[in-house]
Amino acid sequence: MNTIITSKILITMLIPMITGLLVMFSGKKPNLRDSWSTLGAILTFASVLSFLPVIQAGDQLKYTLFELYPGISVTLNLDPLGVIFAMVASFLWILASLYCVGYMRGLDEHAQTRFYVCYAVSVGAAMGAAFAGNLFTLYLFYEIVSIFTYPLVMHHQDEEGYAGAKKYIVYLMFTSKAFLLPAMIMIYVLCGTLDFNTASIAQGIFPAEADRFVVGITYFLCLFGFAKAGIMPFHNWLPDAMVAPTPVSALLHAVVVVKVGVFSVCRVMLSIYGTNLLHETGLGLFTAYFVSFTILTASVIALTKTNLKARLAYSTVSQLSYIILGVAMLTPNSITGGLIHIANHALAKITLFFAAGCIFVASGKKDISEMGGLGKRMPFTMLAFGVASLGMIGAPPVGGFVTKWYLALGTMDIHNYILLGVLLLSSLLNAGYFVPIFLTAFFGKPLPADEGLTSSLETKPLIMFMVVPLVITGTLSALIGVYPDLFLNLINLLVKP
Amino acid sequence: MEKYLILNTLNFPILSMLLIVPVVGAIVAMFLRGDTLLKFWGLAVTLATAVISLPLWTCFDQTTAKYQFVELRHWFPALNLEYVIGVDGISVLLVLLTTFVMPLCVLCSWTYIKIRMKEFIIVTLLMETAMLGVFMSMNTVLFYIFWEGMLVPMYLIIAIWGGARKDYASIKFFLYTFAGSIFLLVAIIAMYIKTGTFFIPELMDHSFTFAFQLWVFLACAIGFAIKMPMFPFHTWLPAAHVEAPVAGSVILASILLKMGGYGFLRFCLPMAPAATLYCVPYLLVMSLISIIVGGYLALGQSDIKKLIAYSSVGHMGFVTLGIFLLNDAGIKGAMLQMLNHGVTTGALFILIGIIYERTHSREISDNNKLGMFMPIYVTFLGIFSLSSLAFPGTNSFVGEFLVLFGAFDKYPLVGAVSILGAVLAAAYMLRLLQKMVWDDSDGHAHHGDDHGDDEHHLFDCNFREFIQLAFLTVFVFWIGLHPTPLLDMMDTSVAHLIHQVDAGSAVQEAVHHGEHHALLNNAGAWVKNLF
Repeated sequence: MNTIITSKILITMLIPMITGLLVMFSGKKPNLRDSWSTLGAILTFASVLSFLPVIQAGDQLKYTLFELYPGISVTLNLDPLGVIFAMVASFLWILASLYCVGYMRGLDEHAQTRFYVCYAVSVGAAMGAAFAGNLFTLYLFYEIVSIFTYPLVMHHQDEEGYAGAKKYIVYLMFTSKAFLLPAMIMIYVLCGTLDFNTASIAQGIFPAEADRFVVGITYFLCLFGFAKAGIMPFHNWLPDAMVAPTPVSALLHAVVVVKVGVFSVCRVMLSIYGTNLLHETGLGLFTAYFVSFTILTASVIALTKTNLKARLAYSTVSQLSYIILGVAMLTPNSITGGLIHIANHALAKITLFFAAGCIFVASGKKDISEMGGLGKRMPFTMLAFGVASLGMIGAPPVGGFVTKWYLALGTMDIHNYILLGVLLLSSLLNAGYFVPIFLTAFFGKPLPADEGLTSSLETKPLIMFMVVPLVITGTLSALIGVYPDLFLNLINLLVKP
Repeated sequence: MEKYLILNTLNFPILSMLLIVPVVGAIVAMFLRGDTLLKFWGLAVTLATAVISLPLWTCFDQTTAKYQFVELRHWFPALNLEYVIGVDGISVLLVLLTTFVMPLCVLCSWTYIKIRMKEFIIVTLLMETAMLGVFMSMNTVLFYIFWEGMLVPMYLIIAIWGGARKDYASIKFFLYTFAGSIFLLVAIIAMYIKTGTFFIPELMDHSFTFAFQLWVFLACAIGFAIKMPMFPFHTWLPAAHVEAPVAGSVILASILLKMGGYGFLRFCLPMAPAATLYCVPYLLVMSLISIIVGGYLALGQSDIKKLIAYSSVGHMGFVTLGIFLLNDAGIKGAMLQMLNHGVTTGALFILIGIIYERTHSREISDNNKLGMFMPIYVTFLGIFSLSSLAFPGTNSFVGEFLVLFGAFDKYPLVGAVSILGAVLAAAYMLRLLQKMVWDDSDGHAHHGDDHGDDEHHLFDCNFREFIQLAFLTVFVFWIGLHPTPLLDMMDTSVAHLIHQVDAGSAVQEAVHHGEHHALLNNAGAWVKNLF
C-alpha cells in the first residue's frame, strides 16, 4: 500500500461547502438555486469517483491541512472504508437534491434557501467525516454535521419542530461532549497521537503496554459518544427528529447523519482499536451482544408504530446496529456484511423515505392505516417501496440479502448461534412490520373518503421529481443485491490485505 | 542582571512608547472638542498603539525565556528601585491582546456612549496604559502601581457610564479588587524586607523558607483569585459586567480577568514554588468548583450579560485548573485559554452591546427570533457562541483540549470532573443561541403581537460593527486551526517556569528536611490519595 500525499482530496469536501455559499447568494432565484444543489451533488460524486481507481489499486490518499499540536491535526485520508461511505452519500445526494425540488415546492415550504444551504453543508461535513484521517478530524466534522442539521430538523418552526430539534441537539451534543471528548483525550494520553491506523484493521494504534482497563473505558465512551449511530440507550433523538421535512429524514436520517455515526463507530473500532485488541479483550463480542439488544428492541417498537415515518425511524435504529454487529464479530465475513450494509441500507432506506414523502405530498397521508388502495394510484412508488422493504427484510435478490448472508457466515465463523438466532428473529420482525404496509397499499380497502378514486397521483410534474429518484434508488437497491462486486472488492481491500 | 534580560535592540523604546502613547493621547484629548473628533482621536491613538506593538510579534525571540525588549532606568537608587519593563513568553501575548482589543473598545462605544465622551476617551486611554503596565512591569512596585492604577479608571467607567445599578456595582467592584490588592501589597513589602529587592526575576530566584512562601502564596493568591475571579470570590463580576457599558464589559472580560491568571504565573508559581505544590489540591478543587458553579449558574440566567459573566467564571476555572496542573500542556492551555477568552467573550459582549442598542433590553426573552431580521448578526453570534462552548476548529477548543489533556495526563479524576464543565458550556450556550436566533416555543405566543412594530429597529450590523466582529472572527479560526505560532511563543518561557517550580520545590525539600518535608510529603500523599 502506498500513501499518496495530494491536496486534491480537499475538493470533495469543498464542493458541497461552495455549493452552500452559491445557494445562499442565489436565494432569490429558486431555479438557479436548486440547479446549484444538483450540480454540486453531481460534482461531488464525480470527485469521489475520480479517486476510486487509486483506492481500488490498493493505495490511499492523504493530506494534512493544519497541525494543532503534535499528533493532533486536521488530516484527510481516503481509504476503502471512507470511499464506500463517501460514494454512497454523494450519489444519493444527487437524487435527493432532485427529490427536494419536488417536495419543497410541492408543499410550498418556507425558508427553502436556508434549507438548501444547511443540506449542502451537512453533506460536505459528512464527506469530511468520510475522509477523516484522525479522530480529531472525525470529531470536527461530526460536530459540524450536528450543528448544520439542527436547523433542518426544526425547519417547520412549530412546537413539535422545536421540541424535536431540542432533543436532537441535546442528545448529540451531550454525548459528544460528555463521552467523545474525554475518550479522545484519553486516547491521546495513551497513544500520543490521534491518527488512524488505516494500513491494517487488525492493529489499531494502542501501544501494547496500554492499560486494558483504561482502553476499555475509552472504547465505551466512543461507542456511546457517537450517538448518531442510534445505539440504545442513546437512540431516542432519532424518532423525534423525524418531524423534519421528509427529504431531510431521507438523506440525513437514513444516509448522512446516522451513517456518519455508524461510520465513525466502525472507523474507531477498525482504525483505533483494531480487531486484534477487540478480540483479545472480548470487547468485540460484548459489543455484538449489546447491539443485538438494539436490533431486536427497535424492531419490536417499530411493530407498534402506525405512523409510517415513525416506523421507518425505528427500523433505521434497528438496521444501523446490523452494521455495528457485523464489525463487532471481527471476522472477515462479518465485517464484509456489516460494511456492505452501509450501502444496502442507505439505498433501501432512502427509497422508503422518499416513498413516504411522496405519499404525503401526493395524498397527504402519514398513517399506514390510511393507505389502503394506494398501490393502484401510486404504483411506481409502492413498487419501489416493496422492493426496498425486501432489502430491509433481507430477501434475495435485493441488497439486504447480501448483508444477511455475510452476517450469517460471520456467526458461523465464530460458532455463535445466539447471534445467528438474533439475525433470523430480526428478519422475521422486519418482515412483520414491512409486509403489512405493502399488503395494505395493494390489497387493503381504501378509506371511505377515498372510495372510488382511481386517478393516478404520480403524473403531476412536481410529483415526477420525486417519483423518478425513488424509482432509481429502488432499482439500484435491487441491482447491488445482484451485483455487489464494487463494494465487495473495496471491502476485501480492508479485510484481506 | 544580564542573566535575566535582553535589553531592547530595536532602535526605539517600544515598551515605553506603548505606555506613553495612550497617556499623551489622553492629555491631548483634554483639549479637543466635539464628540466625533474625540472618538476618532481615541480610535487613532489606540490603533497607533496597536501598530507600535506589532514588532513584539515579529521580533520576539522564541528561543529564550529571558525578558526581552527590556528598558532599564534608575529611579530610586536608595530603595534599589528601578524603572524596568520587559516582556517574556508569558506576557507578550497578553500585551498584544490588550493593544488589539482597545481599538475595539472605542469602536463598540461609538454610539453606545451618549454622555461625557471626552471623559470616556481619556479614561479608556489611561486604562490602556495601566493594563499594559501590569503586563510589562519587571519589578513589584511598578507592578503594584499599575495594578492599582487600573482600579480608578475601571471604577469610573462603571460608575459614570453604567446601567441602573451602577453605584452598587462599581463600589462592589472597587472594594473586592482593592481588598485583594492590599494582600498583594503586604506580600510585596514582606518580600522586599526579606531580600532587599523589588526586581521580579531576582525574587523568582530567591529561595524563601516554606512558611514564608506559604504566606506569600496565600496573600498573592487571594488578590489574584478575586481578580480571576475564582469561586467563592466571583460575586463582584456579574454585577460589574451587567452594569458596565459595553466597552467596560469588554475590557473587564478580555483583559482585566487575565490579570489574575497572569499574577498566578508571575508571582505565585515561581516565587513560592513549594507553597504552590502544597496548595495544588486546594486550588484544583476550587477551580473545579468554579468551572461547575459558573456553568451551572450560567444555565439559569435570563439576562444575557449575566449569562456570559457566569460563563466567564467557568472559563477562568479552566485557566486556573491548567495553571495548577503544573505541566506543559496545562499551563500552555491555560495561557491560550486566557487569549481565547479575551477574543471570544470580548466579542460576545460586543454582540450584546449591539443588540442592546437596538432593543434596549438584555433579557433573552426580549431578544429572540433575531434570525429573521439580522442574519449577519446571528452568524457572528453563532460563531462566537460555538467558540465559547469550545467547538472543534475554534480557538477555545485548543485551549480547553490542552487543559483537559494536561488534567487527564496527571489526575484523570480531575479531568473527568472538568468534562462536566465542558458539557455545561454546551448547554448554556446552545440554549442562548437557540432562544436568540430561533425563538422558543414558550416565548412564541408573546412574540406575534409585540415585536411587530419593533422589527424596523432590528436593522442588521452596520459596517463599524461588522469590522469589529470580523476582526475577532479571524482570531477564532486562526487560533482554532493553527495555534502553533502562539504555542511556540510560549514554549521556552513555560518550560522555564515549570523548571523554576520543580527546582524551587526541590531546593525546599533539600533544605528543610525536618517538619516541612513531612508536611510536603503528607500533601503529596494526600494528592495521590485524592486522585
